[in-house]
Amino acid sequence: MTKEMNLEERFQAYVDEENKIEPKDWMPEKYRKTLIRQISQHAHSEVVGMLPEANWITRAPSLRRKAALLAKVQDEAGHGLYLYSAAETLGADRMDMVQDLLDGKAKYSSIFNYPTPTWADIGTIGWLVDGAAIANQVMLCRTSYGPYSRAMVRICKEESFHQRQGYEIVMTLAKGTAVQKKMAQDALNRWWWPALMMFGPTDDNSPNSAQSMKWKIKRKSNDELRQEFIDKTVPQAEYLGLSIPDKDLKWNEERGHYDFGEIDWAEFYEVIKGNGKCNKQRMEARQKAHAEGEWVREAANAYAAKQAARKAKEGSAA
Amino acid sequence: MFIRSRNGLSHKHVGSLHAPDADMAIKNARDVYTRRSEGISIWVVESEAITASSPDENEPLFAPADDKVYRHPTFYDIPDEVGHM
Repeated sequence: MTKEMNLEERFQAYVDEENKIEPKDWMPEKYRKTLIRQISQHAHSEVVGMLPEANWITRAPSLRRKAALLAKVQDEAGHGLYLYSAAETLGADRMDMVQDLLDGKAKYSSIFNYPTPTWADIGTIGWLVDGAAIANQVMLCRTSYGPYSRAMVRICKEESFHQRQGYEIVMTLAKGTAVQKKMAQDALNRWWWPALMMFGPTDDNSPNSAQSMKWKIKRKSNDELRQEFIDKTVPQAEYLGLSIPDKDLKWNEERGHYDFGEIDWAEFYEVIKGNGKCNKQRMEARQKAHAEGEWVREAANAYAAKQAARKAKEGSAA
Repeated sequence: MFIRSRNGLSHKHVGSLHAPDADMAIKNARDVYTRRSEGISIWVVESEAITASSPDENEPLFAPADDKVYRHPTFYDIPDEVGHM
C-alpha cells in the first residue's frame, strides 16, 4: 500500500511538472480507467456525429457544399479512428469498445441526439457544435496523456475547416432571402442551448472534474470552457445579424464576460438517459451500418488469408 | 504507421490502425493519415513486431550518458578569435 502511495505521489509530481505520460509508464488504475472511458466516449461521439450530417450529403444545395460535407464526415470517421487507437494504447480492446456502443452501454455526446431537419442545421452544427468541440479539443491538446494529446493535435488541425465551412453556410443563409434568414435563425434557436450543454454540467455538479483537473487530463473546467465559447460566439452571431435565443445574455463590463441565462439541465439529463429526439434512431443507424458492413470485414479477412497462403506456397516452392 | 512527409525527411510514426494485412493497412493509412497530402511514402509495421525498451529500465539504459558532458562540443573552451568551429 505504501509503495502504491509512493508511486501515486511520484506520478502526481511528474504530471505537475508538465511531463506527458506515455503508454508503458506506470499510472494509477483510476487514471487509466478515466482515460479509457473519456477517449472511447470521445471516439464514439466522432462516429455517431457522422449520422446527423450524413442525412444531408445527398441533398446538399451545390456540388461545392456536397464535397465539403463529404470531406467533413470523412474527417469525423478518421477522428474516431485516431481516438480508438489512443484508447487501445491503454489496453482497451477496440471490438469491446465498438460493441459497447452498439449495445447502448457506452455514452457519446448528447448533441448528436438532436435532429437536422433543414440545411441550416448543417451550417449551424459546423459553427456551434464543431465550435464547442474545438474549444474542448484545443484544451485537450495539452492533456497529460501523450497519445490522447497527439490525437487531439491532429484533430484540431482538421476541425478548423469544419467550423469555417459551417459558418460560411450560415452566413450565406443569413445574407440571403427572408426565408433563408429565417431558416438560419430557427437553426440557431434550436442549437444554441444544446451546444452550451456540450461542455457538461456546471462545475459544482461535476464531481469527477476535480480529479481530472488534478491529473491534468482536463486543463479547464466545464464552466470556463462554456464561458470562453459564449464570449467568442456572440460577436459571430452579431456579425450575421442573428439573435441568440437568450434574453439574459448581456455583456458584463466588470467580469469582462457575457452573462447568460439558466441552462435547462433537466433536458440535458433526459437526453443522456436516452429520451432525446433521435437517440433511438442514431443507435439503430449505427447497428445497421455495422451489421451491413459485416460482409466487407469478412471479405477483407478472407482475401488477406488467401494472399498469405499464396505467399507461403510461393515461398516454399522457391 | 510511419509517414515520410517529403523526400529528405525520415518516416515518422503517426499512429496506428487495424487492417487484415499489410496491403490493406497501407490503403487504410492513405485514407486515415494522408487526407491532406501529409505524405509521399508510407511504412506499415505490425505493432507486435516492435520491441520496445521498458520505462522501468530507463535509469540503467540512459543514465550513463548523462555524466558524459565531454561528448558535447560546448564542453571544450575555444577562444572566440579562432572563429566558428
